[in-house]
Amino acid sequence: MHINDLPVPDVYDLPDARGRFGEYGGIYVAETLMAALDELKQEYARAKADKAFMDEYRYELKHYVGRPSPIYHAKRWSEVLGGAQIYLKREDLNHTGAHKINNTIGQALLARRMGKKRVIAETGAGQHGVASATVAARYGMECVVYMGAEDVQRQAANVYRMKLMGATVVPVTSGSRTLKDALNEAMRDWVTNVDHTFYILGTAAGPHPYPMLVRDFQAVIGEESKVQMVEMAGRQPDVVVACVGGGSNAIGMFYPYIQVPGVRMIGVEAGGDGVETGRHAAPLSAGRPGVLHGNRTYLMQDAHGQIIETHSISAGLDYPGVGPEHSYLKDMGRVEYTAANDDEALAAFHELCRTEGIIPALESSHALAYAKRLAPTLPRDQIILVNLSGRGDKDIPTVAKLSGIEL
Amino acid sequence: MARIQTVFSRLKSQQKQALIPYITAGDPHPAATVGLMHALVAGGADIVELGVPFSDPMADGPVIQKASERALAHGVSLTSVLDMVRDFRRRDTETPVVLMGYANPVEAMGYEVFAKAASEAGVDGVLTVDLPPEEAAALSDTLKAHGLDPIFLLAPTTPDWRVAEVAKHAAGYVYYVSLKGVTGAATLDIDSVASKLAHLRGQLSLPIGVGFGIRDAASAQAVARIADSVIIGSRLVQEVEEHGADAAVRLTAFLREVRSAMDAARQ
Repeated sequence: MHINDLPVPDVYDLPDARGRFGEYGGIYVAETLMAALDELKQEYARAKADKAFMDEYRYELKHYVGRPSPIYHAKRWSEVLGGAQIYLKREDLNHTGAHKINNTIGQALLARRMGKKRVIAETGAGQHGVASATVAARYGMECVVYMGAEDVQRQAANVYRMKLMGATVVPVTSGSRTLKDALNEAMRDWVTNVDHTFYILGTAAGPHPYPMLVRDFQAVIGEESKVQMVEMAGRQPDVVVACVGGGSNAIGMFYPYIQVPGVRMIGVEAGGDGVETGRHAAPLSAGRPGVLHGNRTYLMQDAHGQIIETHSISAGLDYPGVGPEHSYLKDMGRVEYTAANDDEALAAFHELCRTEGIIPALESSHALAYAKRLAPTLPRDQIILVNLSGRGDKDIPTVAKLSGIEL
Repeated sequence: MARIQTVFSRLKSQQKQALIPYITAGDPHPAATVGLMHALVAGGADIVELGVPFSDPMADGPVIQKASERALAHGVSLTSVLDMVRDFRRRDTETPVVLMGYANPVEAMGYEVFAKAASEAGVDGVLTVDLPPEEAAALSDTLKAHGLDPIFLLAPTTPDWRVAEVAKHAAGYVYYVSLKGVTGAATLDIDSVASKLAHLRGQLSLPIGVGFGIRDAASAQAVARIADSVIIGSRLVQEVEEHGADAAVRLTAFLREVRSAMDAARQ
């Protein structure tokens, strides 16, 4: 797409009062949760307007998380690829090693404000679980993390990290035993313990107000980038790339750029064995709209509306839905969505390790894989900004195993 | 008059309450469901709630989750559930059937196609767990246009203004969730349910059914004293889990016991 054709909206004020991004989003939950969501919506509106709350959030981001995260010009890798210059937004350098903590700090502060002493969370790769356990320890709250039994096996180190910080990790054995089932179980806990429990949802999905809440807390990524790119390169990037599972790091990066003309944005889903094989986790690329986990959005589903199993090398992208704002941005054409396969992500993972001395998360490696594809097709004076959403320490056992190495 | 209304007005004149059992369609296998539905009616069911299995039953506890998984393993879909209702209607043209499930299978089929097919199959009401009134207007209107009753949930946490919203869309009866939690959880606090129902009656003219936490004749009797109907789900699905297709006799016996306890409630 030529940059002059980008549909940059003059006004962008979403979601609406009903939690809608166009036809997506909404509040599709059982009556038993409606009151709690309403309470959360109202309290968040008050907190957002409260200077003391926002000051504390920013203070925590600076002194506890270590923000702003730097932007780094990956010169050697750009040279190897022989085209556009690649810049990395280093969310991997945050405390706990990923962007997830931007959101858990915000939600934990909300929980404290609402007088809730117990927090629960769902997790896939374990990054959001770790970030939730971390803030629960930081603020002295009880923390229970639901994690698919399959993922508990795949991500043993993160399970131990959560336990070190005092969290209880509950393996979920229902359904496909992965992220979506952990989310179901967290919702069931919430509905049962709603009086004293705050649900820290990890991605920009779920019922309203969560997609908005998570976006707002993650938007610091794009807001910082807008300032830092001018400092580093004297201008905004030509292309911004982020990986999309549920889509929290991507929406945090994209949202502040939606109304910036001339900036192309590309969301990269998990292509698994290849979108054409059906074994993937790319609802925006190959799914169709439906209703799951409290919102209307693009989903991986069969002809009868049953949610189908997803496949990805990255547990954090292994999710059949996607945040509703991404569905909206796809339909309006402001963001392009594509997919990178397991083997492309793995190749980009190794390349960044060797050319830049940075070990990226397998999730972020999907965004890198797309940058690797795109860079050689663009002139050398063009800039691609990739959101490096997390570091790859947690993935080392997975990658070693794929390379036939016993650690 | 629609079947659900007929049942409630007959029961009202007899000063009785409706017994509404729930089973998951296709559990333990698709061929067993119609037989189990007849067994429920033989035990004294006034209305049968038939669960439409879904891959992600967020509002259900482990008993109904597992029932859904067993049914889905046999390839049960919304289409095949409608076939089961059609089959049930060959022998029973009177007992209302209410489908209970989640939005996405209905979305996938399309509201109009679903409402028409459900009506033709002999369905009387539809409860879509994850469509609160805010999201339900389009489906409710479509269902009503085909003579189907949209059934809604009310919870202990539902404020008055939302009860009014539900009242705008609901028909047939409303389903009061007696406790905070998922299906099959804990036991219910009958006194708090009683005071909530008294309050709801000032705002709603529809019959009120109470479900969640009713596990035996005693709890059914206690609920019958305060509500218009008693809804029992997980306890029955447990029988099906333990005894498979042989559960029919047990379901009938269990409901008979519940029925007589309920009928004794106001004597």
